[in-house]
Amino acid sequence: MEEGERVGLIGPSGCGKSTLAKVLSGMLCPQAGEVRLDEKPLPKKGYRPVQLIFQHPEQAVDPKWRMEQILNEGYFPDRDLLNALGIEKEWLIRYPRELSGGELQRFCIARALGPKTRFLLCDEISTMLDPITQAQLWELLLHCSEKRGMGLLVITHNRALAERVCTRIVKFEDLNGKGEETHAKK
Amino acid sequence: MENQTLLTIEDLSVQFVSAGIRTTALSGLSLTAKEGEILAVVGASGAGKSLLAHAVLGLLPKNAQVTGRMTYKGQVLNEKTLPRLRGKEITLIPQSVTYLDPLMPVGRQVYYPMNKQEGRAKTAALFEEYGLSPEVMKKYPFELSGGMTRRVLFSAAVLSGAKLLLADEPTPGLSRETARHVLRHLRAFAKEGRAVLLITHDLDLAVECADRVAVLYAGTLLETAPACDFAADGAALRHPYSQSLWNALPQNGFHPVTGNMPSPGERVESCPFAPRCPKKTALCREKPVPLRPLRGGTVRCIHAT
Ligand code: SF4
Repeated sequence: MEEGERVGLIGPSGCGKSTLAKVLSGMLCPQAGEVRLDEKPLPKKGYRPVQLIFQHPEQAVDPKWRMEQILNEGYFPDRDLLNALGIEKEWLIRYPRELSGGELQRFCIARALGPKTRFLLCDEISTMLDPITQAQLWELLLHCSEKRGMGLLVITHNRALAERVCTRIVKFEDLNGKGEETHAKK
Repeated sequence: MENQTLLTIEDLSVQFVSAGIRTTALSGLSLTAKEGEILAVVGASGAGKSLLAHAVLGLLPKNAQVTGRMTYKGQVLNEKTLPRLRGKEITLIPQSVTYLDPLMPVGRQVYYPMNKQEGRAKTAALFEEYGLSPEVMKKYPFELSGGMTRRVLFSAAVLSGAKLLLADEPTPGLSRETARHVLRHLRAFAKEGRAVLLITHDLDLAVECADRVAVLYAGTLLETAPACDFAADGAALRHPYSQSLWNALPQNGFHPVTGNMPSPGERVESCPFAPRCPKKTALCREKPVPLRPLRGGTVRCIHAT
């Protein structure tokens, strides 16, 4: 993937897309092969430049922490970003169970958008959201991606979504060297 | 012959009282579900969709206060009648995989209400229809993927033979193809004279498979419309929120609306969509907006025509 490139990865559920995302982010080690960023292996310590966001935000946060603590775990997102994400001040003192899925997902996105993030892997991140919340989140992510030159890997089974947000679409089954299907953004 | 109305909900409200604070989770909700139809209930997470299903099943937590009236085939639903009907006449396909017993093979969980031989055969046939291999019968819940678990839960509901089926987000985690397959089963279910309440945030799928769509927002019902009104630019829809929802889909413009849905603590008496509505006027903030019939559906908006 190029810097700032937005690649859609589509394929049936259970085909291994999520596992691939975990490997690309450095959460899982590959048994063979290698993931390189700028021709170097991913850093083993410190902030992960390749960040992963999941489909179920409620499984990605500690239920016993307040949102403020969860948000500031890796770095301190500034108010501008929180405003852009529609994160309201009152939400910060709440616990995860006191927020809806869409609200929680905004926190997970904020948390992953540290200044050192180069690539964001979005694993079905808006599958559980209503269309308006989905469009809101993608508007922000596209804006961030353009402003920072941050690449996006968009894992989804929603082709219409991939066509909206991606510069290129790849089918998972084609990843083992058989070639790629491309799509130019309107 | 006119199809019989199975479920009638009139002016349903649900409030929670905790530590002396009262919050309104659902208010003034009126809906019907008829034999032979799929009624989709759509809305953002936190709009009250699952709560509605739980209210119909009488599965709300103890600190919930329910007002309004719900009837099933003319019989009032309450603490006395619900336990008799639940699981037999009215059944839930749950959203969460935690509904399965972790210590029992899933096949047995699907057929345990029936006699073993018949149940096992029927379960095997259903599993096959859902693309689950026969070995899945002997597996434990932790061995299944999310999509597989959903298909198992679905088989259990189908096998129960209930007349009113509440499907709570049955499709996420399934591929489009499998989701359509599941929805075809819901349709078959409706064709046999049952009513299906399909609770989903997936507007696409709701419009594709339901007969009518009810749109919830901030704990209240804003519109019910024939599914075919969700078409083109949404001009046939009655409520500005439904139109926004429709036009936010990636294939319909992908237009976001700024702002958030008010949370239960911030709910107002007047129109809940007013802070975000492009069509609001001073009148909209004055008093509660009643739900009224309009063009073969219902709407809660003073300016809808
Ligand atoms: S009542 Fe007014 S604010 Fe509410 S949806 Fe209708 S036009 Fe918009």
